[in-house]
Amino acid sequence: MSLLGFCQWLEKTPWSIALHESLWVYPIVESVHVLTLCWFLGLAVMVDLRLVGLALRRVPVSQVAGQLGPWMVAGFAVMAASGALLFYAIPVRTYLNIFFRIKVGMLALAGVNAWVFQKTVYRRVAKWDLDAAPPRGARLAAWVSLALWVCIVVAGRMIAYNWFDPPGVH
Amino acid sequence: MSLLPFFEWCERTAAGEAIRNSLWLFPVIESFHLLALALIGGAVLVVDLRLLGLVLRRQPLADLAREAQRWLAGGLAVMIVTGLALFSSEAIKCYYNLAFWTKMSALAPAIVFAFTVRRKVAAADESRLRPLWRKLTALVSIALWFVVAASGRWIGFSG
Repeated sequence: MSLLGFCQWLEKTPWSIALHESLWVYPIVESVHVLTLCWFLGLAVMVDLRLVGLALRRVPVSQVAGQLGPWMVAGFAVMAASGALLFYAIPVRTYLNIFFRIKVGMLALAGVNAWVFQKTVYRRVAKWDLDAAPPRGARLAAWVSLALWVCIVVAGRMIAYNWFDPPGVH
Repeated sequence: MSLLPFFEWCERTAAGEAIRNSLWLFPVIESFHLLALALIGGAVLVVDLRLLGLVLRRQPLADLAREAQRWLAGGLAVMIVTGLALFSSEAIKCYYNLAFWTKMSALAPAIVFAFTVRRKVAAADESRLRPLWRKLTALVSIALWFVVAASGRWIGFSG
């Protein structure tokens, strides 16, 4: 089955229809998704700002990343779950939406960026833990992360607007 | 006196009209409003989680709070400028919108609290203040900002 076929099947499942048509649940799920911006993304931004040397400069990097890490993971889980529900409520239109595709691509890049950072420069964090301005590799990863998340938030917000929807899709 | 004439005037401003008549401006400004939300959220949460004793317990609270406060102020500046722009494009809708008034009623105390009580509590000598006061401060802060963000999102759903 193609991805589009899968979305068309998903759209006809009773729970998807119920969620789409619900008066309260859909807005509540969307609010949860937006509020996790404060929770997951806010903390991620603080870690990135530490890595580029702009915030919390006197706190060791491993402390900022290590202590905020579990909170970020929890926030991300809520964000991903609520995001999946939002997709589930409107699968076909979302799948065809150009901003949704951009967002998914950027999310994948942000994931790769975080993974590379963990596997390379962060491995040697003991050497630069106390530096007010971490090494170039760490700063680069943080700037890339910040830039990607700006794009993800902007693209995410744009999904709701339908200027680029193919005719007949809603 | 009713505030309605003021809201009507806001909606007639050049900025309000430009945003209302543009396809792109509202969503783009809204996106930056959201990015500032993330910044405020991070700056507030780092300190509140520390006040609750949940993270960075070994770091001096006063230091942490002073640094985070700068980002909170920066985030708030972006938030207020973009918020005023969004507001001016649909001021009359806001006037009749319960979520809008809920948000404003929480926003004023949230800002005042952040720059008075919470700032003092975070700067106080940690050994001289009972942990209960720090926890209470954090909970009030989180509750106020939660209402601001949640009712803010709700403005778009209602009316």
